[in-house]
Amino acid sequence: METEYILIMENITKVFPGVVALDNVNFKVRPGTVHALMGENGAGKSTLMKVLIGMYKPDGGTITFKGQQLPEYDTNTALKMGISMIHQELSPIPYMTVAENIFLGREPLKKSGLIDKKKMIADTEKLFEKLEIKIDPKALMKDLTVAQTQMVEIAKAISYDSSLIIMDEPTSAITEKEVEHLFKIVKSLRADGVAIIYITHKMDEVFKISDEITVFRDGKHIATVPADTINKDGLITMMVGRELTQIFPKEEAEIGDVILSVKNLSRAGKFKDVSFELRRGEILGFAGLMGAGRTEVMESIFGMAGHESGEIYINGQKVDIKTPSDAIKHGIAFLTEDRKRTGIMGVLSVRDNITIASLDKFKKGLFLNKKKINETCIEEKDRLAIKTPHMDQLIKFLSGGNQQKVLVSRWLLTTPDILILDEPTRGIDVGAKSEIHRLMSGLAKEGKAIIMISSEMPEILGMSDRVIVMHEGKITGEFPRSEVSQEKIMQCATGNN
Amino acid sequence: MEANNVKVLEKGSKSKTDFRAVSKQFMRKYGIVLVLLGLFILMSILSPAFLKTRNLLNVVRQISVIGLVGLGVTCVIITCGTDLSSGSVIALSAVIAASLAQRAGWEAAKFPELAGKLPVIVPILAGVLVGVLCGFLNGWTIAKFRIAPFIVTLGMMTVARGFALLYSDGRPVSSLTDAYNFIGQGEILGIPFPIIILAVMAVITHIMLSNTKFGRYIYAIGGNEQAAKVSGLNVGKILILVYTFAGFMAGLAGVVLSSRISSGQPGLGQGYELDAIASAVIGGTSFSGGVGTVWGTVVGALIIGILNNGLDLLNVSAYWQQIVKGLIIVVAIIFDERKNR
Repeated sequence: METEYILIMENITKVFPGVVALDNVNFKVRPGTVHALMGENGAGKSTLMKVLIGMYKPDGGTITFKGQQLPEYDTNTALKMGISMIHQELSPIPYMTVAENIFLGREPLKKSGLIDKKKMIADTEKLFEKLEIKIDPKALMKDLTVAQTQMVEIAKAISYDSSLIIMDEPTSAITEKEVEHLFKIVKSLRADGVAIIYITHKMDEVFKISDEITVFRDGKHIATVPADTINKDGLITMMVGRELTQIFPKEEAEIGDVILSVKNLSRAGKFKDVSFELRRGEILGFAGLMGAGRTEVMESIFGMAGHESGEIYINGQKVDIKTPSDAIKHGIAFLTEDRKRTGIMGVLSVRDNITIASLDKFKKGLFLNKKKINETCIEEKDRLAIKTPHMDQLIKFLSGGNQQKVLVSRWLLTTPDILILDEPTRGIDVGAKSEIHRLMSGLAKEGKAIIMISSEMPEILGMSDRVIVMHEGKITGEFPRSEVSQEKIMQCATGNN
Repeated sequence: MEANNVKVLEKGSKSKTDFRAVSKQFMRKYGIVLVLLGLFILMSILSPAFLKTRNLLNVVRQISVIGLVGLGVTCVIITCGTDLSSGSVIALSAVIAASLAQRAGWEAAKFPELAGKLPVIVPILAGVLVGVLCGFLNGWTIAKFRIAPFIVTLGMMTVARGFALLYSDGRPVSSLTDAYNFIGQGEILGIPFPIIILAVMAVITHIMLSNTKFGRYIYAIGGNEQAAKVSGLNVGKILILVYTFAGFMAGLAGVVLSSRISSGQPGLGQGYELDAIASAVIGGTSFSGGVGTVWGTVVGALIIGILNNGLDLLNVSAYWQQIVKGLIIVVAIIFDERKNR
């Protein structure tokens, strides 16, 4: 193994409003090696990689590539220098061919200035032959399977002849067979002296393919070790081994009767045989990695998406929920994970955003009782400490935390018995976060039942009376508050239980 | 404690920036009214005929049809949609309404045995219902098949025009009763009747948008359709109602227009849909959805009306008028985008 490094990232710091995403991080990669990068969601892996490929400008630190310290650069420059990345989220252009997708932005030209399609296709064929990929370069991307699309993305990243390739969870969408294929490609790249940064949550892969392992946690570099000096348990301990100093104020609440019962719920490709019960006064935490199927289960319960089989019971009665409107009538509220896409109505006022789901309450004959609406909004503003200059303020001008409080208030006005909160404190500042936690405690005390999906370990451990862990669409573990630990959750979440 | 702190902060920050913020807010709200006033003053200086009561009433009478269509299309645009069919719906409503309002004894009447016998409410209702039906079909197709409103209403634009030509054999339906002609030509206390209709409809639409559940849902869908669905709104049903409402306005506009010119012509209303959309857009209705007011659209229509009228008085050629109108629409949108940043 060579001793010199192809990449040295030193003291990298990146701050987002309210969050230190990377805190003085050091990261070094040797040429001709596979370097696994591990950590929980939000540990800072993706942020570091986005800094590396020039997507984010770091707030501090230096990057040295092939012995040269780099000035500020963008993604295009990074590609030219020989750094390419296979992104976790695929972004094919569906109505263009495979070859066109691979050569997007660097199409070979004829002398006349027109695109040399023959050369483009021939080059793609050559590339595929080398990588043993059997896909027609002339096929449209939209006709490919997800696995094929992933292979095209991999080929594309390799086609830049980069000396450093970042692979961000490249196996999340492909089958066993293609994983073997990918590993073969990775090994031959390594033999050619290419350095590979490999991000994954799958323990087996890490030990199969990597030479070195770096673990991140909460925006900090924890350790870098040779892969053959550590085992699975050791790795999990490094990933989760934080001290729980943050205080979460879940107070004791009387746990009552079962209010929601889900039996053998399945949706093809998303989740399978999901069964659980939820009681009044309880906060039920759903832990797992991104893509484990937690959100999808809740979407089916709430009528936003269908389900092929299984039953849902509320207060012992079987219910048939087809639309969110049905769910709301059955006393369910769903604070979605993507505030921008499915939560706020940006150009509408705070008042409208608070009342839109409960306007029936404010009807006076044909019209709306504006006085009552205003009074209620002011009550809500005080109750949740929403910081807004006035109720006519457009919600898009509020901070993330205050937007979230508005949405919580929208749902509380529908007087639900069951609240499903999907990543309720993601991307909001610490103050708003603890206010929302306090509110959740209070609601549980009032006898409401709460499901909380969270990818933050401390939040799960601090707030939940009971924790359910999901992995690849299945429930892999369930722990009462007294028995749960970070290690147990991580083992179930990575499918290693 | 915390609430108190915020108040203190708010007071403390009241300084130089305050005036700018207030003036910016003022411009955001009333900028378009200032444009209208400016245009008004400019025209009265440039042309002595402009300020005469007769002329001013004429301006408003001319915009009443576009104003009515504009009210409907404003609601549609707030939902992130559009309606290109209103001009053709005007024509279809006009020929059908007119055919039921022809004078007795007119030998070329569409229904000679009915001519002069029907009360005036019958042609009015018929015209409005035609609009309602067209609008419902627009909305139903959009909601049911999830097709872009642009395409659906483009189709309706052609279909409705075709039906209007078919129904009238391509000829004007004329010789209408006095009662029918009153709608477009009559006056109450010196105020032209079409203006009264527009004013009443504007008030109704305003109340509907700002003070009913349906109205707030219209904004919610335009603001974020996904979020509206999650909040339990029946988006399809609301969209159908919105397009039906726009169709109602176009149908009513057809009645008013055919009455004003005493003739239902299959070629009526061409390009009106674009003037109506322009009124809404000049008045601050956003094509990105969720934003728009009735008053804005009325002011927008007045701006277009004064522009047409003023340029006529100044003997500017009709060709130049089009160029000026087009430029104003684009400039209005540029301003609209900038103030939202």
